[in-house]
Amino acid sequence: MEAFTTHTGRAVPLRRSNVDTDQIIPAHWLKKVTRDGFEDGLFEAWRKDPEFVLNRPERQGATVLVAGPDFGTGSSREHAVWALQNYGFKAVISSRFADIFRGNSLKNGLLTVVLEQKIVDALWELTEQDPTAEVTVDLEAREVRAGGITASFELDENSRWRLLNGLDDISITLRNEADIAAYEGKRPAYKPRTLQV
Amino acid sequence: MGRTLAEKVWDDHVVRRAEGEPDLLYIDLHLLHEVTSPQAFDGLRKSGRKVRRLDLTIATEDHNTPTLDIDKPIADPVSRAQLETLRRNCAEFGVRLHPLGDVEQGVVHVVGPQLGLTQPGTTVVCGDSHTSTHGAFGALAFGIGTSQVEHVLATQTLPMARPKTMAITVEGELPEGVTAKDLILAIIAKIGTGGGQGYILEYRGSAIEKLSMEARMTICNMSIEAGARAGMIAPDETTFAYLKGRPHAPEGADWDAAVAYWKTLRTDDDAVFDAEVVIDAAELSPFVTWGTNPGQGAPLSANVPDPASYEDASERLAAEKALEYMGLAAGQPLRSINVDTVFVGSCTNGRIEDLRAAADILRGRKVADGVRMLVVPGSARVGLQAVSEGLDVVFKEAGAEWRHAGCSMCLGMNPDQLAPGERSASTSNRNFEGRQGKGGRTHLVSPQVAAATAVLGHLASPADLTDVPAPAGV
Repeated sequence: MEAFTTHTGRAVPLRRSNVDTDQIIPAHWLKKVTRDGFEDGLFEAWRKDPEFVLNRPERQGATVLVAGPDFGTGSSREHAVWALQNYGFKAVISSRFADIFRGNSLKNGLLTVVLEQKIVDALWELTEQDPTAEVTVDLEAREVRAGGITASFELDENSRWRLLNGLDDISITLRNEADIAAYEGKRPAYKPRTLQV
Repeated sequence: MGRTLAEKVWDDHVVRRAEGEPDLLYIDLHLLHEVTSPQAFDGLRKSGRKVRRLDLTIATEDHNTPTLDIDKPIADPVSRAQLETLRRNCAEFGVRLHPLGDVEQGVVHVVGPQLGLTQPGTTVVCGDSHTSTHGAFGALAFGIGTSQVEHVLATQTLPMARPKTMAITVEGELPEGVTAKDLILAIIAKIGTGGGQGYILEYRGSAIEKLSMEARMTICNMSIEAGARAGMIAPDETTFAYLKGRPHAPEGADWDAAVAYWKTLRTDDDAVFDAEVVIDAAELSPFVTWGTNPGQGAPLSANVPDPASYEDASERLAAEKALEYMGLAAGQPLRSINVDTVFVGSCTNGRIEDLRAAADILRGRKVADGVRMLVVPGSARVGLQAVSEGLDVVFKEAGAEWRHAGCSMCLGMNPDQLAPGERSASTSNRNFEGRQGKGGRTHLVSPQVAAATAVLGHLASPADLTDVPAPAGV
């Protein structure tokens, strides 16, 4: 995973709540067997509208998505995170994320930042009035800064450490091989096994 | 202090606990399908890792599989390539696979329980958000992303922070004609699509205890639509009776030991939930969705709501956008909404009990002119059972299409899709924009409402059918 320390970029204000993962990347894109090439599928249905915010010339090259509450609901498809990253987004800000989407994002180095809705509102106003306004997402300081706005955000220390260092979960877990083997040694005999019967 | 059901199962699976770190949880059962696994197997290959526990891993094909002509090559080359990738991966790594055409093939969340692999007190994961289904057995079951699929393949564990717990207590008697689907749609409308966020839900109370395993699976299945991490129901005699004799259920002394353990899996009387919601079963009625997320639902007897009636600005905007997408007007009676398509199936309502319920209503009746009805069993076994009961004949005589097993029109990754502007009554779980096909409009309903809607051509419950069904065989 790529490390995330701090990022500064222009923003896309997305004034929608309940942006589900079917909107982020529709199901027909899920037939691909790679982690890349999903950028054209991002918000595919909405992008057919030339006025959709992502299509506006002033939003080209923006890297921070500022979305309404309950972003990433629905399907567990990690393709939603890959699509956002493939398109160029480095961070997503919302007042509430769906759990699975959040977990997927943090495992891929896409920083999802939870801020109060009133801060999200302020970021929407700022970046709508001035599309060139830059937003800084600083994981070291756990702070979002833009225009006159400074807001701190929470992220559990373990996730933060993994992101700052770009660490791979599997290698961390495998350091505990002895614990896993010990647990396996005491699993009851009645537990199900998938071997053909 | 006592512990909740979720806390007991969680504690029994902690491999390692350390201050400031997520718990490392052992995974008892890992279910795989073609859509969310290819990149995980690639990851294993790149790192030179193997599947740690082949005996706790099983795969099937469901999302892409066609429901017609399954003996012929799959027409869509991209779908075919994805299924072939799963077959190659399972062969290379040694994973048990039930491919299209196999008697055990089907929607992954129907297959696990019917094989008896889903058991009380186990941890179950799958790269699919509807893994919450398995919580109906008192299992702790999580939908996971592809990175986590790779993690479980390699280590049989997952690092996870323990969610909070929420009790959803449903007391009383569900009125005649009110189903588990109506109940869960009403719960989601009440707590919202983010209401369960960060929680494991435990459904409890006298109305839940009376439900069959199929109905309990319908409820736990849609926990994710309330944003919850998982949903659970304490195992009881209904659970044990369902499991007894299934291919992978324990036998002999193992059965006795298992049941003794399973009986401990109840929330202690003095346990405290982080949140509680109470529902009066007697107040419920058939429930349908009108909008584009599963929380936008109302009793069938109601009218389409007026967005102006929402105090919250973002809910108001969401309702306006939903009505525009759905082509509905505020104040329109829900019963006046005509549909072109009815879909019975999915991991929510594709089990034998669901097919029986729909067939009971269709027996001796006809699907309305201009309405296409698809009946897709949740698994090949469910399909065989339905055929042995003659349900396929009932569906075909009514004018419905009887198909082979798979996810089908729930998400339209195969050819079963809505055309732009088409409207469905669907027993599936998501009414998101374009979910069942680009521009398609979805109303989530129970199998009973789906069947009555198919007969009348507009959203309806069986109570709206005033005709006398023709005698069988006519």
